[in-house]
Amino acid sequence: MQTMPPDLSLKLANAVDGMPAFPKSVEKILQLTRDVNCTPKDIVQVIDKDPVVTVKILKVVNSAYYSLPRQITSVNNAVVYLGFNTIKNLALAIAAIGMMPKHNAADFDVDQYLLHSLSTAGIARKLASQMGDADPMDCFIGGLLHDFGKVVFAQFLPEEFRQALRMSQANKSSLHEALRQTVGVDHALVGAMLVEKWRFAPELIHTISHQYEADQVDTGLFACVFTANQISKQLGFGFGGNPCIHPLPEQVQRRMGGTLEDVIAASDDWSTVFDDAKLFATL
Amino acid sequence: MKVKFWGVRGSIASPGPATVRYGGNTTCIEVRTDNNELIILDAGTGIFPLSQSLLTELPVTANVLITHSHWDHIQGLPLFVPNFIPGNTLRLHGAYDPVTGKGVEQVMSVQLQYSYFPVREAELKARIEYVTLTPNESIQIGSATITPFMMNHPVIDFGYRIEANGKSVFFTGDHEPPPNIYEPQDPEFSEYQSFVDAKTADILQAMAGVDVLIADSSYTRAEYPAKKGWGHGTFDTSIEYAKLAGAKMLFCTHHEPTRSDDALDQVFEQVLLEHPRQAGDPIYRLAKEGDSYEF
Ligand SMILES: [Zn+2]
Ligand SMILES: [Zn+2]
Repeated sequence: MQTMPPDLSLKLANAVDGMPAFPKSVEKILQLTRDVNCTPKDIVQVIDKDPVVTVKILKVVNSAYYSLPRQITSVNNAVVYLGFNTIKNLALAIAAIGMMPKHNAADFDVDQYLLHSLSTAGIARKLASQMGDADPMDCFIGGLLHDFGKVVFAQFLPEEFRQALRMSQANKSSLHEALRQTVGVDHALVGAMLVEKWRFAPELIHTISHQYEADQVDTGLFACVFTANQISKQLGFGFGGNPCIHPLPEQVQRRMGGTLEDVIAASDDWSTVFDDAKLFATL
Repeated sequence: MKVKFWGVRGSIASPGPATVRYGGNTTCIEVRTDNNELIILDAGTGIFPLSQSLLTELPVTANVLITHSHWDHIQGLPLFVPNFIPGNTLRLHGAYDPVTGKGVEQVMSVQLQYSYFPVREAELKARIEYVTLTPNESIQIGSATITPFMMNHPVIDFGYRIEANGKSVFFTGDHEPPPNIYEPQDPEFSEYQSFVDAKTADILQAMAGVDVLIADSSYTRAEYPAKKGWGHGTFDTSIEYAKLAGAKMLFCTHHEPTRSDDALDQVFEQVLLEHPRQAGDPIYRLAKEGDSYEF
């Protein structure tokens, strides 16, 4: 665990407090979709209460792709028109990325960051469904949020963050090392503070906080998110500010059935994940 | 116009001694206009024998209309034999899926991956064209006017109306008449019901007066409650559509893979008893692999 002086600790705690809440609707939809007894009505009522998601769903349904005899004006109406399952999956994707910030004070390329996060999320989900011992949706959320600490830095410590970005670019060093020098702690720790505040499961918090102490966690979720992060960087799907690609630690290799190169070679289809990421980045 | 059934099973191909009479292939229907234009509804495993029957009339332009991307409706596509012979054209039509952000080309690209199939798309010898359709907007295929309509299923799913030379056929694809997701005592019930009623009116208008209606009739009325929300209709809902739309002939299809020929005959006999034909009612039939019907 990294230690930090009390004033930095207080500063970071305030920064984390200043971040927006994790959308309740995402949490709730995730929870409901795991429950076999949940009815379409339950999920529709959750979507209905999230105005941002509702507006985006209506935008999709009323788009030129579906030339409608009449305007679709509510989630219920959209369910009858496009089907419950389609609306549920659409809502989940829209809600999960809805919290990504569009602007920041540091020289941090948010569009590239968003693509990196979304493609890591998509790859982690794909790996989970191939491996079978991790929940694909948890892996998606893990991938989506693994770098969220950088967003906190970009908002609240833009000077130090900008310096770290430059430092790691200049000598091709890992961004987390540079952040430890300029800020005093890295984004893994701050990201973990944030998801803890959002009351995520301990496994997800560990996955985010230990992303640079990879030998310490041995779970399917960790293996999928760690591997997905490296694949996303190796294949250049977006950019989260870190030029370094880390080899898979031994226990991750065991779970993934090979090295990073082996996992990448096992599919010729990574680019479709990136296409999906690009699509959702524009919704 | 002529329709010929090459695959009438739902969910998974089910060959074997118990399915010899109605056939074990999954959904595929050949439609020929009076001008002999070739339109193929869905590309389940039944498209493989269909494609072999085309070898005597090469080169062909096959206009394939995909209802939706579930396996039982696309699985035969990679083995559509004319794809491997130069000079042929496969024109694939289907929907845009807002969840994946992909058009109908996805149906091919997911199947023609090296790990699943030895031939890549670029190696196919035929010309492959993709046409992503918009619901309610008609397109012309030779003498035929084709209109896709949005049906209800766990993925985006089209029903197709085909009209040519004054004759018409409607194929629902997989379809469950949208149920009301609320309980009658819920405040949202009646508003939701009004959406369902509007949707039903749209569907009936799409089917109105067709010579032939081919409809997903997977379940019996008794089986349905356990399968609600799975996206399939019953014999009874198909009969109701056929009657209300004023169709002349109804073919019930998408037979349950576990239902033997004998069991299928049995449930259909019961259905006919419960729906005795009155003057002006449609003729009711079970879709059977190999059968064709000219009108
Ligand atoms: Zn089906
Ligand atoms: Zn289906």
